[in-house]
Amino acid sequence: MSESSSFILDDQEIPFMPGQSVMQAALTAGVFIPHLCYHPEFRPHGSCKLCTVKINGRPATSCTTPAAAGMAVESNTPEILDKRRTLLQMLLVEGNHFCPSCEKSGFCMLQALGYELGVVAPRFSLLYPTRPVDASHPDVLLDFNRCILCELCIRASTEVDGKFVFALSGRGIKKHLVVNAESGKLADTNFSLADKAAQVCPVGVILPKRKGFAVPIGQRRFDAAPISAHVDEFKPVVSAQGERP
Amino acid sequence: MKNTDAINAVLKRHGNDGTRLMQILRETQEALGWLSPATLTAIAAGVNWPRSRVESTAGFYSFFHTAPLGRYRVLWSDNITDRMLGNMDLMRAMCEKLWLEPGRVSTDGLVSVDTTSCTGMCDQGPAVLVNYRAITHMTTARVEQMVELIHNQTPVAEWPAAWFRIEDNIRRADILLTNAMTPGDALRISFARGSAASATLDEIKKSALRGRGGAGFTTGLKWEACRNAPGHGDKPARYVVCNADEGEPGTFKDRVLLTRQPDLVIEGMTVAAWIIGASKGFVYLRGEYRYLLEPLNAVLARRRQQGLLGENILGREGFSFDIEVHLGAGAYVCGEESALIESLEGKRGVPRNRPPYPVTNGFLNQPTVVNNVETFAAAALVAKNGGDWYRGFGTAKSSGTKILSVSGDCVQPGIYEYPFGVTVRQVLEECGARDTQAVQVSGPSGICLNRDEFDRRIAFDDVPTAGAFMIFNQQRDIFEVVRNFVHFFAHESCGFCTPCRVGTTLLKNLVDKIADGNGTRTDIDEIFHLNRLLQTTAHCGLGHTACNPLLDTLEKFRPAYERRLNLLKFVPAFNLDAALSQARQMTGRDDAGAHLEAAQ
Repeated sequence: MSESSSFILDDQEIPFMPGQSVMQAALTAGVFIPHLCYHPEFRPHGSCKLCTVKINGRPATSCTTPAAAGMAVESNTPEILDKRRTLLQMLLVEGNHFCPSCEKSGFCMLQALGYELGVVAPRFSLLYPTRPVDASHPDVLLDFNRCILCELCIRASTEVDGKFVFALSGRGIKKHLVVNAESGKLADTNFSLADKAAQVCPVGVILPKRKGFAVPIGQRRFDAAPISAHVDEFKPVVSAQGERP
Repeated sequence: MKNTDAINAVLKRHGNDGTRLMQILRETQEALGWLSPATLTAIAAGVNWPRSRVESTAGFYSFFHTAPLGRYRVLWSDNITDRMLGNMDLMRAMCEKLWLEPGRVSTDGLVSVDTTSCTGMCDQGPAVLVNYRAITHMTTARVEQMVELIHNQTPVAEWPAAWFRIEDNIRRADILLTNAMTPGDALRISFARGSAASATLDEIKKSALRGRGGAGFTTGLKWEACRNAPGHGDKPARYVVCNADEGEPGTFKDRVLLTRQPDLVIEGMTVAAWIIGASKGFVYLRGEYRYLLEPLNAVLARRRQQGLLGENILGREGFSFDIEVHLGAGAYVCGEESALIESLEGKRGVPRNRPPYPVTNGFLNQPTVVNNVETFAAAALVAKNGGDWYRGFGTAKSSGTKILSVSGDCVQPGIYEYPFGVTVRQVLEECGARDTQAVQVSGPSGICLNRDEFDRRIAFDDVPTAGAFMIFNQQRDIFEVVRNFVHFFAHESCGFCTPCRVGTTLLKNLVDKIADGNGTRTDIDEIFHLNRLLQTTAHCGLGHTACNPLLDTLEKFRPAYERRLNLLKFVPAFNLDAALSQARQMTGRDDAGAHLEAAQ
């Protein structure tokens, strides 16, 4: 297979393998593109829109666009960075995010991208949604206040765990996560801490109980280096079961 | 148990098929009044889907209730045209008489009153839906009578028949609306053209017919792409879908076509089926047109008897095709073809990532043609009369006719069919519009034309339209028009992508802030900024076009905004006195002492 194909991303030549998306090729080459709903182990989703780039002058999500030879991709430009910053500011007012009291602080991708992209002040009025927590499960707490609707837990529970524990209900700004139980309580599902769905939340919704603030400030995942320096952790996984796109 | 029996009967009728979930949910709700948690569990078990997926679908659509909303559910159509006809005063009067707040259920669980997106009765508003049955021409007297009927718990089926009469209001008819084709003629002539369907496909291509739903894709190319696309899996198939989810506020021409020319529409679908090689079709009818379900099913039954649907159509060996009507349930976004297909499969109406397009991967991942009601009707005429004949109407780049749904400030609102190329001015003159300030063409996602633009033409290469034509005279406040549209988009965003889900609500809040007298230039700048973001990053057309009304009118009707602006650089959206309103409500006080001094 010829692997000489490449495209240009912000003046840098990025090689790619057939079938790779722009995002996958960039991450493989060590170039970070901000994202929240993309996860190396799951099919791309294209909903958070943070990974929007311009391809040959037209906006597109880099996680869903297949790489093609000769593409001219813009990512790190003032215009695109401004859009990404605005999208983060939208997510920050849509939910109830209080970083100082959040167990995920320092490990949270939303927070880390906020620092990365320079979200230094609130911009929009907070929407203050009412989102009661679900503490019914013996091992896991669900704090919906922080949900950014990336659907990673849904995809993990469906595609890996085969349990369908999570789903979305509602529409528009009222869209919200539900669990697979008539009572609406996580305790009444077959969810377990060992599930893949328990590991993938990029923010602080799905939290193990009896464990919090275990790592001191200064030593947390994104304390030492910004999220873009963690690019290796987001590289596509080429697993034994073949290419999980 | 009675509920279980009702649910099982519905499930049985639909073969326990999860892809028919929309119909299962609707019919269950019609039987039981609402979709309780236990009902959803039973349905999930019946179709063998995870319960979470069933709840996911049920929660998406405005017309499915996962909480009890009363035995009488009154929904006021809230298009700007209904507002101009006084719907808000009537709704308030109704709520007062029922001792009810909009959006709430009465304490005895009898009734709830709320607003809903445009119900497609703009030429005969103010309109309501009562238990999803359309009622037009609401007046103070009708409100009083209706309240009485609800108090007496008279079943809706026994309410005055005149209330449910829907007028066609055809004011100008051309080739589509005057057509008196004998059912089957388009098929017979197509078959006579030669045994290969390609001869008729050539006529469709020759006609240069373009889609009437708004996007204007060339119909012949779409059908050819689908015909050439291979089916997938061990049960390859192709499908024809008629998009009758006429949700664009101000549009009602598909309702009239399906009432007056259903045979033309169905025949167009049948011709399409023959050309692409489909044996199954759907009419996806918006939930607001529930009353059309039985008449359409009767037409389908008659056509089966006439040999125009079913096995070996008109004796043609091997050509079998049948159609089912599926009802939507109150979601504008399902007018987008891939969202419509998701909905047909029993899922949330979320637009798919494209490519692949429906012509290669549509319903159940099979090649699927989705066209507007009017497109199929026009295609039937082309199949019968040929492409050259059709090109004789309209302009060089926009062949044929276009049906306009005219509403707002004019003497004769209703349906006007014109050859493409008609000027906006001519339409205004013929419907009796006077002193016109602006025309909103193609609904909120379309374009707002001011007086200087009335010589522009309705055509794909000038002012393209899906059919809405809303007229506003000089007395109307354009800002209120836009505000209505902005609220509409916030209500109808599917919520899939961040910019549209959050952005449409932020836009709504900004416009409300300006309406409340707290707006500043900073807010106008922010509107521009948000619009640029939505146009470039939103997932589908709804998000891309949600900013059109604001951008258009900020450019053409700037004073409508500026006279509301506060001169200060920044004013908080937070209003201290308004924040006390809950306390006032709870204490039942509204005297001076219950208000902040500054607000007095």
